[in-house]
Order: sequence, then structure tokens, then C-alpha cells
Amino acid sequence: MTKIHIPTPLRQYAGKQATIEIKAGTIGDALSGLISKHPDLRRHLYTDEGKLRAFVNVYLNDEDVRYLQKEATAVKDSDTISIVPSIAGGAAGLTIS
Amino acid sequence: MFSVPLWLCGGFWGMLKIGQSHYDALRQHGEDTYPHECCGVLLGQMDGDARIVTSVARCGNTRSDSPHNRYNIDPRELIRIQREGRERGEDIVGFYHSHPDHPPRWSPTDLAEAHWIGCSYVITSVEKGKAAVTNSFELVGSEENDKKLVEEEIKVT
Ligand SMILES: [Zn+2]
Repeated sequence: MTKIHIPTPLRQYAGKQATIEIKAGTIGDALSGLISKHPDLRRHLYTDEGKLRAFVNVYLNDEDVRYLQKEATAVKDSDTISIVPSIAGGAAGLTIS
Repeated sequence: MFSVPLWLCGGFWGMLKIGQSHYDALRQHGEDTYPHECCGVLLGQMDGDARIVTSVARCGNTRSDSPHNRYNIDPRELIRIQREGRERGEDIVGFYHSHPDHPPRWSPTDLAEAHWIGCSYVITSVEKGKAAVTNSFELVGSEENDKKLVEEEIKVT
């Protein structure tokens, strides 16, 4: 079973679990398996057009799957998948008072 | 009109509880990276509407194109911090960054790029190299379309 780490904000849609184990051959399998177990996660991970949201990073161990074979990336039982929404911002756009 | 003082409703709004040394450390980080923005992760426990910080992790700012008014944390660094936290029984409960020579309020950029609903976003203004005011905002809402940053109390313990 491949482990999927769920970020704190999404655990409420994943039965309050921090880690979910899924039997999967690819990243695509793992994500669709995750969503079939926890359908409420779908709208938080995917747009209405069915694309992974731009700010949702999916990592296989320490690699961004965008730079591997995306959803076709093969996964093994010993692998760990992390879902990490991006963390960014800054004072840009703020007027100096 | 009669209005109820905010403090009577204690516990209703979100709160960030943080030890003095961690609080000082995140403010110090803003001085160390001045005139660039600093950024980092707050780890600990969610306790109802409160977030209890038990450790603070400094991160690098990957926005080398505009470090004076933008920050971004490398997801790879976040995964490592998350893993180390998990081994200590800690979860990610929030993030912090600085506003060099800008007010300690969230900017439109901060809101647009905040995605960790239920977490705290701490902002410290750094004026001429000295940490000034530190505020915390909880990202509330049920999804991207209705998210808001709402100021919360910081309780330094
Ligand atoms: Zn900011």
C-alpha cells in the first residue's frame, strides 16, 4: 500500500486522517482511489474542469510529479505521496500607510 | 446600542498560542532577512479554534526575483518539515512571513495565495530592519471561493 499524506486543511474531508493508504500503480490511480474513498476531497483538489488545482502540489517522495510523468508516474508500495498546497504571498499590492 | 465586549466571547474567535522564545524567533527571522521577506512554518496542535505552536521552522524564500515583497516556500522543504514534525507528534498549524517596511496587514497577494484553510498566517512588519508589529490571521472559509483572512488573538506564553 502506498501512503498518502493529507495536509491539515484537507483532513476534515478525509475522515480526519493524516495518512491514507491506497493500493495504486500510478499517481493517477492513487488520487482517484483517494477520491473514491473520500469524495468530498474532489472539489478541493480539482477544478470543475477536472484539472488538478494549480496551487495543489503532488509529490512522490521528494519529487514534484509535474516533473516526472504526472498522473502516469508509477508508484510502489514503499512510496509516499504528499499533497501540499502552496505557501506563498507577500506585501506586494499593499499600500504603505 | 449595547455591544458585547470582545473579551467576553473568549474562545469564540480563533487564537494562536505561542511560547515567548518561538515568538521572538519568528520576529528575529524578519530582522535577519531584511530587506527581504522571511518565511517559515508553525508546528504544533490544533485545539478547537486555537492553534498551539510547539515549534517553529525557518524556511528559505524561493522568490529570488522579488524577495522584498514576495515569498514562497519550496514544497520540498515543507515536506521535510512536515515529516520531522510528524516524528515529534506535531502538525502544521500555520505559517509566518515578514513585511519589510510595509504594514502588518494581509495584502491581496497574501489572501490570493493562502490555501491552508484553518491555519494561522502570522505577519510581522519590519521597519528599517527592526521587527515592529506582529499580527496573526486565520484563513477561514469552506473553500477557495469564500476564504477570508480574519485577525485572531496572539497569546504569547
Ligand atoms: Zn504578506
